[in-house]
Amino acid sequence: MSTAPDIALLPADTRRFRAAREADWRRLEDILTRAEKGSLRKLPDEDLLALPILYRGALSALSVARETSLDLELVNYLEGLCARAYFFVYGVRTTAAARIGAFFARDWPAAVRGLWKETLISGLLMLIGALAGYMLVSSDPSWYDGFVPSGLAGGRDFGASAAALRETLYHDEGTSGLSVFATYLFTHNSQVSIMCFALGFAFGVPTAMLIVHNGTMLGAILALFASRDLGFEMGGWLIIHGSTELFAIVLAGAAGFRIGWSVVFPGEKTRLAAAADSGRSAAVVMGGVVVMLLVAGLLEGFGRQLVTDDMTRYAVGGAMLLVWLGYFYVPRGPANG
Amino acid sequence: MAEFAAVNRRALTGRRRTLVTPEGVDLSLSLGEFGQRAGAFLIDLIVMVLILVGFSLLVLTFISSIGAQGFEIAAVIWLLGFFLLRNFYFIVMEMGPRAATWGKRAVGLRVIARSGERLIADRVVARNLMREIEFYLPLSFLGYNAAEGSGSGLVALAGLAWTAIFIFFPLFNQDRLRVGDLLAGTWVVNVPKRKLSVDRLQAERPQESFSFTDAQLDVYGIYELQTLEQVLRDDNAETIATVAATIRHKIETTMLGADRDFLIAYYDAARAKMERGLLFGKRREDKFDRTALRLKGPG
Repeated sequence: MSTAPDIALLPADTRRFRAAREADWRRLEDILTRAEKGSLRKLPDEDLLALPILYRGALSALSVARETSLDLELVNYLEGLCARAYFFVYGVRTTAAARIGAFFARDWPAAVRGLWKETLISGLLMLIGALAGYMLVSSDPSWYDGFVPSGLAGGRDFGASAAALRETLYHDEGTSGLSVFATYLFTHNSQVSIMCFALGFAFGVPTAMLIVHNGTMLGAILALFASRDLGFEMGGWLIIHGSTELFAIVLAGAAGFRIGWSVVFPGEKTRLAAAADSGRSAAVVMGGVVVMLLVAGLLEGFGRQLVTDDMTRYAVGGAMLLVWLGYFYVPRGPANG
Repeated sequence: MAEFAAVNRRALTGRRRTLVTPEGVDLSLSLGEFGQRAGAFLIDLIVMVLILVGFSLLVLTFISSIGAQGFEIAAVIWLLGFFLLRNFYFIVMEMGPRAATWGKRAVGLRVIARSGERLIADRVVARNLMREIEFYLPLSFLGYNAAEGSGSGLVALAGLAWTAIFIFFPLFNQDRLRVGDLLAGTWVVNVPKRKLSVDRLQAERPQESFSFTDAQLDVYGIYELQTLEQVLRDDNAETIATVAATIRHKIETTMLGADRDFLIAYYDAARAKMERGLLFGKRREDKFDRTALRLKGPG
């Protein structure tokens, strides 16, 4: 039975290894802690310059420690430290302003252009819904209550007189421009469009149902006003914000269809990877959809209060539609960089 | 007990995912557990409710200060604030440098892209918009039913089943993905802040000298050694006495001396021997692992 050799030697080695580098690790930890608090600008230059060097030093120490040291605490600590430093060193460094700029200049229109097929399908479904709603309500007004929830109708139903209906077209609820009703509609529409997107993964079926349902609601309200000879005026009331709002909902539906389509027909990728890819491009469109709905809410709240002339309303609505179409679909040169 | 520990360890390594940095080192991140995720979400919910309450109080004081004609504008502000909080709390927090909400920070989690690329905004937006159907939809559905008083038991049950499918979805795939993670190509990993304690075991070298034979040092493997390290760091007198008695019995020694000193000496000696073994490519995972010992013999 041999006795173990000099026991003091080896642990001392791995401990010297630790002692020699500990100060560097602690400095890296300190810099990271300050950087993660968001005060990147306040970091002095020498810290910023030292960061990548310290990070690579810690990584190499981690490699060595994993192979030679049995100090569990040390290995765990270095793993955590290296992961934090990695995410910082290789993390996203663009400023919020640059990111938003790129979104509006390039990413959003490109994502919308990429969805043109789905957008056509979605628009067509809404049109079919609107036609169906219009024809059903025209032939039998009792369909109306089935299509339009009373919360959204706000007193516009077949019980109301023509004069009262005309009133709703030119004098909206509330006295100030920012009416509660408009805000409620904005949040409601946003939630509906987010739902269109999120339900897309169920093969797009619920999305299609939501889009058709939205169309029937539209058709039903149009039928109501048309039955009182207010169709043209109603069109103006609707189009001033509707060209933006309905376009946004159609785009949200298109985003949902894209996800549903890639889940059903993933192509060469796995279903999971296909869903992830389409989910990302669709999410870009959705970010823009919320912006469009905000614009629609402003048009509804302010524009419709200020503009009460039918022709002007049509002009504003049509112009908005042209602006959106031009912004999304007019080809532009390749992006710089 | 030992088998249980072994199973436990296997489960833990099963949650490890490789992430190789450009420098070529595998960070070997561990996925967030379901419990952690649920805890983080609960904390976030509480934070959101607190923010909402504070915001509502602010709006109320605003109303009371400018009178009843301010009611409408206050209602608009409140609705917009609620909308922003509901949809953008998670998105804005996860787009920050730490890619985590307050809840995730509290339990040491962060979101990363599954492919190891940068976590870009699209992914964060996609994974959080899915919350709408995973959580808010059934919630508002149930709330609507309760308010209407029309919700039959069957409808409530359907809503509950819907919620359960989405909430327990992470339990049914090995990567612990939420539906939103699935769609966005992200996953949630552990990046806890760990403290490096002072190397106390180094400082308090025992005065008495113990000496062990090779056979005595070969009784245990790396797992046992690291457990012993934990025991020494925790420094609980009762545990140390038990562990010291166990080891003394196992290595059949009659060496006396203070329990803690004995354990530190044994730890040092065993670690020295095992680390030397590591340099020669011998790695003995635990006391059941005989391969490393066999390698030592001739032939």
